[in-house]
Amino acid sequence: MKSKYLTGCGTWVVNRFPLTKLWNEHMAQYYAPKNFNFWYFFGSLALLVLVNQFITGILLTMNYKPDAGLAFDSVEYIMREVPWGWLVRYMHSTGASAFFIVIYLHMFRGLIYGSYKQPRELVWIFGMLLFVALMAEAFMGYLLPWGQMSYWGAQVIISLFSAIPIIGDDLSLWVRGDYVISDATLNRFFAFHVIAIPLILIMLVFLHIVALHEVGSNNPDGIDIKDSKDPWGHPIDGIPFHPYYTVKDIVGVAVFLFFFATVIFYMPEMGGYFLEDANFIPADPLATPEHISPVWYFTPFYAILRAIPDKFAGVIAMGGAIFVLFLLPWLDRSPVKSIRYRGGIYKKAILMFVISFVGLGYLGMQAPTANATIMARVFTAMYFGFFLLMPIYTRWEKTKPVPKRLTEQPSIEDRIPGWKDTANAMIKEVPVEKEGKTVLQKRPDPAGIAKVLTRTAKNIKASLD
Amino acid sequence: MSEQGVDRSKRQFLTTALTVVGAVGTGYIAVPFLSQMQPSTKAKAAGAPVEIDISKLETGQLIRAAWRGKPVWILNRPPAVLEILANNTAKLSDPSSQESEQPEYAKNEFRSIKPEIFIAVGLCTHLGCSPTFRPEIAPNDLGGDWKGGFFCPCHGSGFDLAGRVVSGVPAPTNLVVPPHRYITETRIIIGETNTEESA
Repeated sequence: MKSKYLTGCGTWVVNRFPLTKLWNEHMAQYYAPKNFNFWYFFGSLALLVLVNQFITGILLTMNYKPDAGLAFDSVEYIMREVPWGWLVRYMHSTGASAFFIVIYLHMFRGLIYGSYKQPRELVWIFGMLLFVALMAEAFMGYLLPWGQMSYWGAQVIISLFSAIPIIGDDLSLWVRGDYVISDATLNRFFAFHVIAIPLILIMLVFLHIVALHEVGSNNPDGIDIKDSKDPWGHPIDGIPFHPYYTVKDIVGVAVFLFFFATVIFYMPEMGGYFLEDANFIPADPLATPEHISPVWYFTPFYAILRAIPDKFAGVIAMGGAIFVLFLLPWLDRSPVKSIRYRGGIYKKAILMFVISFVGLGYLGMQAPTANATIMARVFTAMYFGFFLLMPIYTRWEKTKPVPKRLTEQPSIEDRIPGWKDTANAMIKEVPVEKEGKTVLQKRPDPAGIAKVLTRTAKNIKASLD
Repeated sequence: MSEQGVDRSKRQFLTTALTVVGAVGTGYIAVPFLSQMQPSTKAKAAGAPVEIDISKLETGQLIRAAWRGKPVWILNRPPAVLEILANNTAKLSDPSSQESEQPEYAKNEFRSIKPEIFIAVGLCTHLGCSPTFRPEIAPNDLGGDWKGGFFCPCHGSGFDLAGRVVSGVPAPTNLVVPPHRYITETRIIIGETNTEESA
């Protein structure tokens, strides 16, 4: 009787709204390649962190005061006197860093498996717009606690606009709404941070997913699963997103939350990387802190800005470092998507790119000494070299034959016997005198260890070719 | 529906006319929307001049004041510093302040009205950090060429004690000298220019 009533309600809704159709198109009958690996967790994790930021953000606005005279104290009030306020605030601040960790890994996935290549250019473009909106959101949010780093960070970034010839000074004045960073700036950044940019983010997430579901997901083999279909028209190598990947992603969520909670409860400031020390001092317009640097996720771009000894050129280089990512689908001329079938040049280029990005990120946090500046210039050249030389070296590279169907990769269980053999090769049994008897005991074998290391080095070299 | 008797050119005209009217309307509404982000009347009025007493300013001492929300430095330079400033102009990008912002009466070798008293807006011309006051000669962290000056901790720009920018750093121009005048020997006003001096 009751179920009949529920069915009736369901039918009433379905007759008026395409609920079943939406569910099937995007979940139950959205066929995703069956070989998603570790790297494919970060898309759904990004969505999880976005939801976390929305919920904790809404709770924070209930006690935060966007006023230059009250902002700093209201954040301390949230931390000390609002019930559970410390947790909500730390979830929000840690969530910001977690967002960038997840997004950087998500983008790196796209880079190694060629997810930006034809026909997924628009998925990549929407994703890049999301990245830019996310950076704006994080930057504006960082001003709100009105600490020293908030104030001087915003001062530096808004001054970037003033480097633009002719209109620059008026533009930065318009952005600030005052001649210096002031209450007017704080108030409008609050408006952007809690209304304008979140709306843009939601819209872009929608576009990103719609574009993705139109062309279908890429996979670690970089081949289109729609090329081989079963008699019912479903990709043979595809599995419905729900329940297979929804359930798989829950495992990813659990692991992510384990790390996320560890940071929130045991190291919410992350040694000054997630919340910088200088930001526990209220903003002082008359004195810049001795050492200022942006939060870790901006430091690679910040290091590029500092490396160029010219104001306007530095701003152009920093903007170019982000803009060049938009062009990635057209810079890469290789016929092959996945790194598994690409030539050695691309693998080495990606390695160089990772080294330069991490190196720039590190240098961006350090004081600008002469040596650090030279290193930053080398890494900046490597960063741009990776992208701007791409049309040349991707054409040269010798690709490997791409399979028609998805390949089976050995699972962790398959690999365990190999690991056991490796471990055994590094140990030898030696006779040892013990309580008057001679027994065989396991001891590390230097010759065996050397052999294993040589083999590993050879394997790494081979995998780069 | 029948296509007969449809005046396509009239339709086209109406569509175009409506688009143009809509675009003009959008343009008009954009003006107040964008302009309301400009500094308010209150913010514009807040730039009142400030008066500072420098009678207690000792030789070699730097004091800070706030003018229009910006830090302003008043530095009393000893004769030894003035000598260094006069002789070390080789490594500066704009030693005679041609490209830089200062009132006409401060466009001289020491960038000040009185040689010893230096007044400047304490914000780096690169991206607006406030440089640190480093009057010592050749400290370990800044290298042997350092003759005393201001060092920006944000992006490593250096200025000498006349606020002149060292070449090869991100900052494009010398530190800004604000308009200022002496009321008496020991009282100055920042934000106002003496009419006689500017003439």
